[in-house]
Amino acid sequence: MAVLLIKNGYVYDPINGVDGERMDIAVKDGKIVEDVDEREARVIDASGMVVMPGGVDIHAHIAGAEVNAGRLLRPEDHVKDVEPRTAITRAGVGYSIPSTFTTGYRYTRMGYTTVMNPSMPPLEARHTHEELSDTPIIDKASYPLLGDSWFVLEFLSKDMIEECAAFVAWMMWATRGYAIKIVNPGGLETWGFGGNVRDLNDEVPHFGITPREIVRGLCKVNKLLNLPHTIHVHTNNLGVPGNCETTLKTLMCVEDLAEDGERAIHITHCQFSAFLGDDWATMESGAPLIARYMNRHSHATIDMGQVIFTDTTTMTADGPFQYGLHLLSGNKWINHDVETETSSGIVPFRYRRTSRVHATQWCIAQELALLIEDPWKIYLTTDHPNGGPFTSYPRIVSWLMSVKAREEELKRMNRRAVKRSVLPTIDREYSLYEIAVITRAGPARALGLENKGHLGVGADADIAVYPLNPEEVDPSRDYKLVRRAFSRAAYTIKSGEIVAKDGEIVKAPDGKTYWVDVKVPEDLWEAVKSEIAEVWEDYYTVRFSNYPLTDHYLKISSPITRQARM
Amino acid sequence: MRVVKDVVCPFCGCLCDDLELEIEGREVKAVRNACAVGEAKFLHYGKHERTRPMIRKNGELVEVSLDEAIRKAAEILAEAKYPVLFGWSSTSCEAVRVGLQLAEEVGAIIDHCSSVCHGPSVLAIQEVGLAGFTLGQSRHRFDLIIYWGSNPLDSHFRHFERYSTFSEGRFRPSISRRSITQFLSTLAERRIKRVTRRLLIKEREEGFYFGARRAPSGPFKERDRKLIVVDVRRTRAAKMADFFLQVKPNTDYEIIQALRMLIRDMELDVDEVAGIPVEVLEELADILVNAKVGVLYFGVGLTMSKGKHRNIEAAISLVRDLNARAKFHILPMRGHYNVTGADVVITWTTGYPYAVDLTQGYPRYNPGETSTIDVLLRDDCDAFLCIASDPVAHFPRRAVENMLKHPLIAIDPVVSATTLVADVVIPSAFSGIEVGGTAYRMDHVPITLKKVFEPPEGYLPDEEILKRILAEVRRIKGKAAEALVPAGA
Amino acid sequence: MAEGIKVILLTGRTLYQGTDMEAKGKTSREYWEAAAQVRMDPEDMARIGVKEGDPVRVSTAYGSVVVRAVKSAEAPHPGVVFIPYGPWANMVTNPTTHSTGMPSYKGVDAFVEPAPGERVLELKELLRAAYGRS
Repeated sequence: MAVLLIKNGYVYDPINGVDGERMDIAVKDGKIVEDVDEREARVIDASGMVVMPGGVDIHAHIAGAEVNAGRLLRPEDHVKDVEPRTAITRAGVGYSIPSTFTTGYRYTRMGYTTVMNPSMPPLEARHTHEELSDTPIIDKASYPLLGDSWFVLEFLSKDMIEECAAFVAWMMWATRGYAIKIVNPGGLETWGFGGNVRDLNDEVPHFGITPREIVRGLCKVNKLLNLPHTIHVHTNNLGVPGNCETTLKTLMCVEDLAEDGERAIHITHCQFSAFLGDDWATMESGAPLIARYMNRHSHATIDMGQVIFTDTTTMTADGPFQYGLHLLSGNKWINHDVETETSSGIVPFRYRRTSRVHATQWCIAQELALLIEDPWKIYLTTDHPNGGPFTSYPRIVSWLMSVKAREEELKRMNRRAVKRSVLPTIDREYSLYEIAVITRAGPARALGLENKGHLGVGADADIAVYPLNPEEVDPSRDYKLVRRAFSRAAYTIKSGEIVAKDGEIVKAPDGKTYWVDVKVPEDLWEAVKSEIAEVWEDYYTVRFSNYPLTDHYLKISSPITRQARM
Repeated sequence: MRVVKDVVCPFCGCLCDDLELEIEGREVKAVRNACAVGEAKFLHYGKHERTRPMIRKNGELVEVSLDEAIRKAAEILAEAKYPVLFGWSSTSCEAVRVGLQLAEEVGAIIDHCSSVCHGPSVLAIQEVGLAGFTLGQSRHRFDLIIYWGSNPLDSHFRHFERYSTFSEGRFRPSISRRSITQFLSTLAERRIKRVTRRLLIKEREEGFYFGARRAPSGPFKERDRKLIVVDVRRTRAAKMADFFLQVKPNTDYEIIQALRMLIRDMELDVDEVAGIPVEVLEELADILVNAKVGVLYFGVGLTMSKGKHRNIEAAISLVRDLNARAKFHILPMRGHYNVTGADVVITWTTGYPYAVDLTQGYPRYNPGETSTIDVLLRDDCDAFLCIASDPVAHFPRRAVENMLKHPLIAIDPVVSATTLVADVVIPSAFSGIEVGGTAYRMDHVPITLKKVFEPPEGYLPDEEILKRILAEVRRIKGKAAEALVPAGA
Repeated sequence: MAEGIKVILLTGRTLYQGTDMEAKGKTSREYWEAAAQVRMDPEDMARIGVKEGDPVRVSTAYGSVVVRAVKSAEAPHPGVVFIPYGPWANMVTNPTTHSTGMPSYKGVDAFVEPAPGERVLELKELLRAAYGRS
C-alpha cells in the first residue's frame, strides 16, 4: 500500500472544523494517519490547490434494473458520448445513463469516491450488485425499496413493529442493502391495479393501511434497528403541483419520533416535492415554505434534486408518476412493476429554459439550498439522472457559490418563472467550506459513514485535490474556474491510492460495497421467519431459499454491523 | 441417494426455480415439478455425446489437449481483424462479463441470440418503450391474458401454470384444479366436436377461414381470468383459449393497428382486415377494453414474420393505448434461459443490448449492420467464436456458408451441428448443472443457477475457458508489442 | 391431383424438438425425427397425395430440403406448413433481415411437393451436403 503525503494544500474538512487551512495530509495503508516519513512517501504538491475529502453522493441512480432499462431504452443518449478503452480503463458510453465502468471513472474524475444507489427492488438485488461490482473505483451502497412490500404493509397494518423490524433486518441481509427506501408509500402497491394514493391518509386498497402509517411504521423500524441512515423518502404526489403540502405533512408526521437532535427522516430530491399551485398553470415554488420548516426543525435532512437544462432520462420507482410524465411529455415510456414489492418507470425528458415549469423547478432547488441556513441539512444532488446527469455537479457548485453565475442562468430563463421566484433577491453565496459540507461531510454524516467525508486520523483515505487556489480565485466572480476545477480533480485518491490525475484515470481498483448487518434477537427472527416462509411461495414466484443473495455478488463486501435496540 | 431442492431449470426464459432432483451418483433418477423439456434435460444429462478438445487439421477434426485448443482459439482471435463472438444466451452472466472483456481486447463484435429472436423487440422498445412487470404480477393481478404469436405450451411449458392462466395469486384465485378435472371430463366431448367440425369443413371445401374463433366453452366459461390466443395455427394454447383468433401469416401488423383504432372507438371503413371480419375484431377490442388488468405476451411469431420490429412497435403501442382504459402490460416471451441476462450484461457494460461492435475501441450499435446475420451475409467477419449456442443449426444457410469460410471456434458441452463443422472445439461444463452463476428470467428477475454435479475432468466452466483465452490473447499481443520495441531500448 | 402446392412456411420451436434436443442430443435419431419434418394441414397432404411419414421436398427461393410430412396437430391451417427449428428448416429459410438483424424465419413463400424415393438426410449427411464438412 502506498504511503502518501499531500503537502501544502488548502484543506476543507468540515467534520474536523478545518476551513481552508494550509496543512499536510498523510496517508498510509488506505487510511489517514497523523504523519508519515516523508522520505518513504510519495509527495503530492498541493500548494495552490484545494484539498477535500472524497465526494459522497447520497442519491444517484447508477446501477440496477431500472437504470439498465434506461440504458436499453436510449441508444440515442449513448451515441453522442462515448468513452474509448485505454490501457487502464474499459470502453463505455455516457451521457445521462452511463455504462457501469464509465460511471465509476466519471465520478472519480470529479473527486467523488462514495455513491449511494438509492433504489433497489429487493427481488432484483442481484442485478444491482452485479452492476455495482462492474462499477470500479468508487465505494457504494444501495437502498432496498421497502415501502410497498406486502410483508411490511401487513406487519405494519397489524402494528407488529418488532416483527416488521426483524423482516427488514433480514431484507437488508438478503439484498445486501444499506437503508430503508420508501417511494410514494402505498402508491406503488395501488399502481399494480393502475391506481395511486393522493394523500397521507388515503387507504391502500386491500391492505388497510395509509401512507402515514407506512412512513411512521418504517421510521420506528429504522430506530429499532439502529440503522446508520434514516428512512430515505420519496414523497407521495411527487411531481404534482401542490405537493408541497404533502411533503410538509410527511415531515411533520415523524416529528414526534425523533428524540432531541436525532434525525428521523431524509426527504430525497426535495425539489420535485416542493410545488405549490393547483395545476401546471398555477404551479410555483414551495421552497420558501419548506426552507422555513427545515430551519425550525432538526429531525430531517433533504437533498436538492437540482434540474439541469438538458436532455436526460427520468427513472424512479414511482410507477404512476412516470406514467403521468409519459402522458405529459408524449415521450417513450418503460414501466416495470415488481411483484409483491414495488414498481418503476422510465421516461426520457428534456428540461427547457423556456418552459415556465422547468425554470421554476430549477429555481426551487437553488432556493432550497440557499434558504436553508444550515448546510448540514441539505445535500447536493440532481437525483441523477432524473434532474440531470451527475457530471453537472460542478455547475451546481458554481451556481451556489456565485450570484453572478445564477444571474447568468436566470437571464436566459423563462421570464415569468424568474419573476415569481424569490431567487433573484437572494444574495447568499456558498463558501468552499459549505460546499465541502453539502458534497461530502454532510451526506457522510447523514449516512452514518464514520470513515467517510472527513480527513481526520483513521478516516478512509478518500481525498480530492482540486486545481483551485482560494487565495487567488474569487469564486463569486470566477465561477467558471470553480466549475472547471470541480470537473477535473488534480488528484483523486481512493483508499490511499492515486486513481485519477488531472482528470485522467491512472488506476482502476475495485470499490467496496457497504451493507448493514443488523443483529436482531434470534427467537424473534425465528418466529418471523416461519411466518414469512409459510406464505412466501404464495407471494413470490421465486423460492424462499433462492431469494437471498450471496456475497459472491459483492466484489468487496463491507458489512456494517449494528445491534437492534430490542 | 440425495435430493436437491429448489433447483433452477436452465432451459427456457421461465427459469423455474422449484425443481426437485433425486440423484444417485452421477445420475438423476427423478425430477419433480419440471416440464417435459426440463425433466428430459436433467434425466438424460449424463447421456449426451460430450465434446472433446479438437482442432481441424487437413480437413478433419483431430483431438488435442485442452491447452492446445485454447491456444489455437486465442491465436485465431488475436489475428482476426473483425471477429464475431456469438452465443451467450445459454451460459451465465459471469461468462458474458468475461466475454465482453475478450471482445474489447480483440476488437470484436459481441452479439447473442437476441439478434435472431427478440432483437426486433428491442428495436421496438427503443422506439416506444415497454409496459413491463415481473411475472408475479401476472399471477396475482391480471384478469386478461393474451398470447400473441407465442406458443407457450410448446416453448414455455410452465408459463401457464406458474405465471398466468392456471396460476394462483393473491387477488386471483386459481381455477386450475377445478378446470383441469373439468377439462379432462370434457375431452371426449371436445373430440366429438372436432370431428364434426372437420366433417363440416370437408363438406364446404373452402369452409375454413382465418379468424375462426371459439366462443367461451368448456371448462373456462365461468372464470374471472380470460385467455386470448392469437396465432397462425391452432396451437395447444389456442385450444384452451376463451377466444382464439387465427390470423394469416404476415398480417399481424394490420390487425394490431386495426385493434388500436377500435379501442379508440374509431370506425373501420372496411368489412374485413387481413381476412378477418371487422365484427370479430370488434368483439376482441371489446374484451380488451373491459379488462381491469391485462397483459399481452408476445413471441417470435411477431418478431420473425413480415414487419418484424414494426409488429412489436404496434403491439406495444396498443398496450400503451390500453393503459388509458385499464392497467395493461406487455412482455416478450424470451426463449433461452439466459438470453435476457446476456441483454442485461451487455447493456450495462456497453449501453447497448446486442450486436455491439467494439472494433473501434468504443461501443457501436447498429443492428442491420453490426448484427451477426448481416455481418455474415456481407461476409465481413474473418473469425467466429460461438459459445453456448448452435448457429450452424439455427442460422439460414447462406449465413452459415459465409461463416464457414473463416475459422470457427465452438465452445460447447455437447456435440452440435456447430461443433461438427468447427475448426476449434473447446469442451465446456454444463451451465446450470455443472456450473452455477447468474441467469435472468424473461421478466428480468435474476436467479442464481445451482450446481448439481461436478463437471467431469477437463470440462471447464465457460467463464474459466474465456479467462484462459483472454490471458492467452494478452500474452500473444504483449509479445507482438514487445517485438516492435528493439531489444535494450 | 396436383404435383405440389404453394404454401407459406413457418419455422418454430416444438415441444418434441425441445425435449429430444435436451434429452438425447443433436446427433440423436430422436432429434432427427423431431426436427426433419414438415407439419402440414391434412387437407394439403391429401391434395398433393402424401401420407404421414412420406418424404416431401420443401423449396423456397433460398434452397430446398427433403423432410418427412407429418399431420399437423394444430390444423386446420390450409396453405401454411411448419418445420421445427433446426438445420433442416434453415436450408430453406429467408436470410433477409430488412436491416433489423433478424432473418425471416416465419412467413416464407414455399413450394411443397412429394419426393417419393428421396431420403431425408441425417444431421451429418445434411451438413456434409450443404457445407462440405461434418
